[in-house]
Amino acid sequence: MSDTTATDAGDSVPHTDTVLPDPVSGLAYAEASETGIERGLIIETSEGAQELFPRKKTEPDELRREAGAVLRLPEGVVVNADDIDIEQTDDETMIINMGPQHPSTHGVLRLMIELDGETVLRTKPVIGYLHTGMEKTAEELTYVQGSTNVTRMDYLSPLHNELVLSLAVEALLGVEMPPRSDWIRMLLVELNRASSHLMWMATNGMDHASTSMMIYGFREREMILAFFEKTTGLRMNHNFIRPGGTAADLPDGWEDDVTVICDTILPRLDEYDELLTGQPLYRQRSEGVGNLSAEEALALSLTGPLLRSTGVPWDLRRAMPYLRYDKVEFDVIVGTYGDNFDRYSIRLNEIRESIRIIRQVVEKMPAGDYRVQDKKVTPPPRGRIDESMEALIHHFKVFTEGFRVPEGEVYVATESPRGELGCYLVSDGSPKPYRMHIRGPSFVNLQALPLMMRGGLLADAVAACSSVDPVMGEVDR
Amino acid sequence: MTTATDGDTTSGAPATGGASARLRRGSAPEILFPTRQQYIGVVASLRDEGFEMCADLCAVDYLAHPGRHLPDGVAAERFEVVVNLLSMSQVRRVRVRVQVPATDAVITTLFDLYPGTEAMEREAYDLLGIVFTGHPDMTRILLPEDWEGHPLRKDYGVGRVPVQFKGAPGPR
Repeated sequence: MSDTTATDAGDSVPHTDTVLPDPVSGLAYAEASETGIERGLIIETSEGAQELFPRKKTEPDELRREAGAVLRLPEGVVVNADDIDIEQTDDETMIINMGPQHPSTHGVLRLMIELDGETVLRTKPVIGYLHTGMEKTAEELTYVQGSTNVTRMDYLSPLHNELVLSLAVEALLGVEMPPRSDWIRMLLVELNRASSHLMWMATNGMDHASTSMMIYGFREREMILAFFEKTTGLRMNHNFIRPGGTAADLPDGWEDDVTVICDTILPRLDEYDELLTGQPLYRQRSEGVGNLSAEEALALSLTGPLLRSTGVPWDLRRAMPYLRYDKVEFDVIVGTYGDNFDRYSIRLNEIRESIRIIRQVVEKMPAGDYRVQDKKVTPPPRGRIDESMEALIHHFKVFTEGFRVPEGEVYVATESPRGELGCYLVSDGSPKPYRMHIRGPSFVNLQALPLMMRGGLLADAVAACSSVDPVMGEVDR
Repeated sequence: MTTATDGDTTSGAPATGGASARLRRGSAPEILFPTRQQYIGVVASLRDEGFEMCADLCAVDYLAHPGRHLPDGVAAERFEVVVNLLSMSQVRRVRVRVQVPATDAVITTLFDLYPGTEAMEREAYDLLGIVFTGHPDMTRILLPEDWEGHPLRKDYGVGRVPVQFKGAPGPR
């Protein structure tokens, strides 16, 4: 009884003046969209101009501009009027929203896709869902603390992030690094590249409905992460590569661990090669899908496997060697057609090349310090703290105040699994960076998505997205 | 005007170095300081010189660091737009630093020269409030559309603004 009275009296439930459409009769829907319910919904959930609006609500100029922006190439260069399908009406097309929560978008990536049937016309990646202001945070952290921050950006290759920050800080400090620290870094970074690519193969397999590849990829990655845990104490977000070297030396018996990893993964790669390359379904779904040309890739500032898949042999490890990459032999894997299959084969073969580098590192690892013996930068060894008051003070100073970095600015770039990972660092002479900008390869590479998806099928859009290998932590930072 | 401030190298000469150049030793990129008027022209000529790719574009707010080192003849302004160009054929980098005054934080877009700067310029606009004229889509990219202020500016209070969940209705 109380129920009924409540409902009667409770007519104060905010009743909108617009009549909600009756889901049974289609008529109400038609009226509703005229009266603006549809528009109201859009406004309510709007990100403003970040949205992709229906064609009838978009001015032709705007549409052309949007298409230009979507194609991300200046008008007159590639976009011609026929390409933009301005004459197409909304009756023929539909805008669907994919994400931000979608298993195929590899994180919180939101894609607004305009479809004509099953064909993708326009795509707009909407990003920022994982933005936590890490560049701002970096300005509040000392250089010592900085690597804990950057390691969380590209969470699939955390060591690359730490490396690029460390290299930038060391470039400003002008310190000469001991060889062993370089080789340790190279070992870790190459292992990380392999684990990142394995993870990509896993998720890419899943996007192509190959769930076995998913399981296998994760299994192999776990081996590498176990080694990382043994070495750095953490599976991810290691904070191991720090300005001035690494946090510790490699654990005893690391050679055996690494050799076991190499010996296990290498033959298994051949199995995956057979599993995917030898599979007609996978080939048909990836060959000729998501095509890019070298000109487009260069114009869009694409780097990494995306650029190499178009036939441009650009790998910073080879072209502008950092660490000791000029001392090891490896091949730069280059594709031909710039399609998803090329990117798959590049990543697969890059794991092999990484293993080749790792084997050389095991062979050539020099003895010596794992961090620079510069008292300004390096905290004293743990054992000294118990004996010496000065060492304790020194330790305390390094970890509370940090060390001062000479005034200046520097841009350092490394080759991460996703492309050119750059760090632009400005120092004002204080222990905290004045400005730290990370050039995330995924952030830039994501611009290729509309171009790769255009004219393809919706099912291929998922594959194209996977093939870019975006890590949203790095895109949004 | 060219100068290099990196590491231990002081010459502005193009230190290509090729395969033997090590980053840590300072691959000594050239740094150019064009004015806003010269900016597009300088970048366009660099592109014709063989800098195929715009590797990075970002901006810096120098509000809290006024006395920075700049070559003679370059008047320091509050903002600086930093463009890193990359030449794959010559294996070298060049950095273009443009001073942008606080009162008129506007600069021409590089979109027509390097379409890949689209997202980077949007990011610089979003986080530092520098407007790139001629950009096809000058909207926020990382922050919500109705966010107030530009967080990477030095006068943007940290922790001052509560997290904005836009349009979140009350508890029923």
